[in-house]
Amino acid sequence: MGKYVLKRILLAVVTVLIICAITFFTMHAVPGGPFNREKALSEATVAALNARYGLDKPVGEQFLLYMKGILHGDFGVSLKNGREITSIIKESFPISAKLGVSAMIVALFFGTIFGSTAALMRNRIPDRVIVFFSTLFTAVPSFVLATLLLLVFSIRLGWVPVWSPKNQNYVLPVIALSAYPMSYITRLSKTSMLDALSQDYIRTAKAKGVSRFKMIFKHALRNSLIPVITYAGPQIAYIITGSMVIETIFTVGGLGSKFVSAINNRDYTLIMATTIFLAVLMVVANVICDLLYKLVDPRIKYD
Amino acid sequence: MYTISKDPPKKHLLSAQIDLSKFSSAQFAPATEDEKRQQDVMSESTTFFKDGMRKLFKNPLAVISLIVLVCIILTIIIAPMIVPYSYEEILSVNGKRDKGAKNLAPFTYSQMEQKYIEQGGERFPHIFGTDEQCRDYFIRVVYGTRISLTVGFFASIIVLIIGMLYGSISGYLGGRVDLIMMRIVDIIYSLPDMLIIILLKVVLDERLHFPAGSFLNRLGTSMVSLFIVFGLLYWVGMARLVRGQILSIKENEYILAARSIGAGSARIIRKHILPNCLSVIIISTALQIPSAIFTESFLSFVGIGVKAPMPSLGSLANAARAGLQSYPYKLIFPAVMICLIVLSLNLLGDGMRDAFDPKLKR
Repeated sequence: MGKYVLKRILLAVVTVLIICAITFFTMHAVPGGPFNREKALSEATVAALNARYGLDKPVGEQFLLYMKGILHGDFGVSLKNGREITSIIKESFPISAKLGVSAMIVALFFGTIFGSTAALMRNRIPDRVIVFFSTLFTAVPSFVLATLLLLVFSIRLGWVPVWSPKNQNYVLPVIALSAYPMSYITRLSKTSMLDALSQDYIRTAKAKGVSRFKMIFKHALRNSLIPVITYAGPQIAYIITGSMVIETIFTVGGLGSKFVSAINNRDYTLIMATTIFLAVLMVVANVICDLLYKLVDPRIKYD
Repeated sequence: MYTISKDPPKKHLLSAQIDLSKFSSAQFAPATEDEKRQQDVMSESTTFFKDGMRKLFKNPLAVISLIVLVCIILTIIIAPMIVPYSYEEILSVNGKRDKGAKNLAPFTYSQMEQKYIEQGGERFPHIFGTDEQCRDYFIRVVYGTRISLTVGFFASIIVLIIGMLYGSISGYLGGRVDLIMMRIVDIIYSLPDMLIIILLKVVLDERLHFPAGSFLNRLGTSMVSLFIVFGLLYWVGMARLVRGQILSIKENEYILAARSIGAGSARIIRKHILPNCLSVIIISTALQIPSAIFTESFLSFVGIGVKAPMPSLGSLANAARAGLQSYPYKLIFPAVMICLIVLSLNLLGDGMRDAFDPKLKR
């Protein structure tokens, strides 16, 4: 176990380093320096600015300096409005985290409920309805769903207020963000529940007269949840990228919408910082999921 | 061959022995070819492909998806020949710009067009109406579908080629080469793909320049950089799959036999290993197309997809969000198109997997 954990963490560290390198060097490949404006600055000013931000040094050294800054929690400043990126992240990430975590919880909770219901009522009407919707929702792009939800429930019917910093209403964003992972988890937990129900220990439980309720919750459901954990890892990546779309549509002021506007404004330092931040988050989440999976299921061998 | 003696011994009255005198030797003659054929109750011999197709066509969902896909493909091929507008053409009547043809509802005409029709002119109906820049929306959706399908298809082909080459080399050679190649795959696999794609796309859109008039230039930098980022990141899944297949096929005796008669590695991979894992590869390629279409529509949404005025389904749906309250159908058409394509490709892929390879589970 210890060796596996070590190996997994080592791979994660290497991945993070590579992400940082890719991000830094691709952003440096963009033509034009950060001080190219419509109004041309005098050469002396540019030189002074370059010296101020360390841009006169060779690229390799700049990279090391940048990495050092990141380790100290300093991502530099935004090119467009000159704000400290660390404070932008500090301010907007909690909003995204709230949205993402609630979407994940909703997806996991309802996904397993729907999936298990479908498995228990196999080939009956509830099963067919659940399968129909879970297949449909894997084919609807999140921005279409979000736009429709916004149009129908906020604008036409006026049931749910639109998100604003004062009135933070997460209902619609969470629904839109969790639709895809929920339908995927539904399909996954249906197959794993069917698999669990056909095992010998279920027959044993039935034979010794365990009640149906106890059989489902104590024996079948617990075992069927294990594969769902492996899927939670990649889903976190989906939720992080998906939240960019959802936040932009619902004008939620989280990190995702900041990232999208940074792309549209070509705010390279902000793109760089956000990419590294989110990527590290995804890698860490994946490692945790992997380790958790091994921990929960003793049948899995450590390779 | 039986011969019956001319003079059978006398039989006891109660004997249960067969009375040979009742049979003539003709009845023991060997069957003719015709008679032999009558005994053949075996069904026609079936190949792996035929058997799979038969199973596929028994799956109603797969058949419906196939029909839907064929309909869509026929539409996007035929429609540009029939509809007289082009996707970037701003509508005009008799050479005069038609400023009233903005945001028309489906099957309606602008005032200028109405006048023109009353005067006896012919005007092709705007099946999906028009967009905010007075362009025929139907043809834009058709071209958007074309672009999205092209992106999906070519991205999958690129992924297929790179993944197949890499996976087969790694799986076939094994040993240290395999170890190093698979570590590289592991690292790329653990990269957050969408973020890297966004990053690369932003840079490539700025950096890529093609000589004017060349094929790549006609395709547009945004399309080419889309293919590059797909090619760079998404092949790892395919490479893993192919490697796994090859590792299990490599152990078969016919590979040993081929090697013992002196076949080279390239020939063994090409002639013996790849055909045997073909079904798995084709199915996962088919399932790759919808995910590429999804990614493209996501990038279009973020604003780094296919460049205007070229439409893609994603960019059309995204553009439609602006006037959503007044013209919701502008979102509905491209959105329904994306859903139909992705849904039918998914269902067809699932059906193919069930039909051709029951062992493969996603």
